[in-house]
Amino acid sequence: MNINATLIGQAIWFALFVFFCMKFVWPPISRALEERKQKIAEGLSAADRAERDLELAQEKATANLKEAKEKAAEIIDQANRRANQIVEEAKDAARTEGERLVAKAHSEIDQEVNQAREQLRKEVAALALSGAEKVLAGEVNQDAHKQMLEQLAAEL
Amino acid sequence: MAANSAGEYIKHHLGNLTYGKLPEGYVRECHGHAETLTESTWTFACNGNEAKDMGFAAFHVDSLAWSGGLGIIMCLVFWLAARKATAGVPTGFMNFIETIIEFIDTQVRDSFHGKSKLIAPLSLVIFCWVFLMNLMDLIPVDFIPKTFELIMVNFFGWSAHEAYFKIVPSTDPNITLSMSFCVMLLVIFFTIKTKGVGGFIGTLALHPFEASNPVIKVLLIPVNLLLETIGLLAKPVSLGLRLFGNMYAGEFVFILVAAMMGTWQFIGAWPWAVFHILVITLQAFIFMVLTIVYLSMAVEDH
Repeated sequence: MNINATLIGQAIWFALFVFFCMKFVWPPISRALEERKQKIAEGLSAADRAERDLELAQEKATANLKEAKEKAAEIIDQANRRANQIVEEAKDAARTEGERLVAKAHSEIDQEVNQAREQLRKEVAALALSGAEKVLAGEVNQDAHKQMLEQLAAEL
Repeated sequence: MAANSAGEYIKHHLGNLTYGKLPEGYVRECHGHAETLTESTWTFACNGNEAKDMGFAAFHVDSLAWSGGLGIIMCLVFWLAARKATAGVPTGFMNFIETIIEFIDTQVRDSFHGKSKLIAPLSLVIFCWVFLMNLMDLIPVDFIPKTFELIMVNFFGWSAHEAYFKIVPSTDPNITLSMSFCVMLLVIFFTIKTKGVGGFIGTLALHPFEASNPVIKVLLIPVNLLLETIGLLAKPVSLGLRLFGNMYAGEFVFILVAAMMGTWQFIGAWPWAVFHILVITLQAFIFMVLTIVYLSMAVEDH
């Protein structure tokens, strides 16, 4: 157990190994570990982001679906309203047409009645005249009494 | 067996294979014959006395070879992992390496609040390297030394008792103290880097006793210098000796068990090895954590 130059030899070994590890061992390994750490951190944050994205997409999908439903309901509502309106309009049109037809029929009837009455009146006048002619047989001047007879016919 | 008694056996196992310089005129008896060196010679020590007589000009070849070899293996494994490192899904081997890296990184981030490119790889090397060196303790004590002894005796003509071989580098105080004093140099470097030379001297001279009166301040400087210098040196000494002491004690138990039970040593050594797994990991961890703590103290302002 003598203390001797082994001290120096061992110190040289020590310095050599420390230098070697400092240059060629520690930096690449610790760099690789650091890189991996970063990679894992990035992966985790990406997963977080994806999860958030998914959540957002789901929310958006739900909102879209809701909007679509509302729109569909609105459209159906509108269609119903329009259908009712059309039916109402058709009813109105039919009623008006009917009334118009009835009115027209009435007016035609009135016209015909009037015509018939006119004709009847003329026929009655002619009949009365011929009757009177036959009764009076010539004593009555047709021209002298014509005015009176016409007046009579108008009063009928 | 190389040694005749348990005492010699143990002594043999605690000796390092030492290569060093013997002075001129040194009388030695080696490889079975006596000789007087005509000039100062670099050679392997044949026994403990020679190793001692070599003084500072000697290397523990076994400690340096095992620590260096283990360190190279460690660097290669990590280098292979570093080449394959990607941000993708890791496979089995990469998982293992990344677990270690993350573990070290957590320790460094928890204790060290400054910014440094050095501290994390330094901690990695300390933890893994010290762990591997400690791990050699779990190899049965005679396997590799005995193999070495057979090779040296049969091919190089050494005597069996001359073939010292210790395979656990961290049971060599040179190894542990060398690392801990490197840590101390780093502590001084980081202190100067963050506080400047003046700041570094200030931390030594102006604490722990402080005074607002300039005269008392100057008077307190020697006391502070003494205390803080002891404190500064105590850190690496305790750091290195803690690791050495624990591993040496563990190794000693293995050697004692082997000396006592011989071939049946595994009966005694196995339970101790299981327990020792905890010790070797813990000591590597403590060495690393204390290094980080000392360095973070250096860069933090009081």
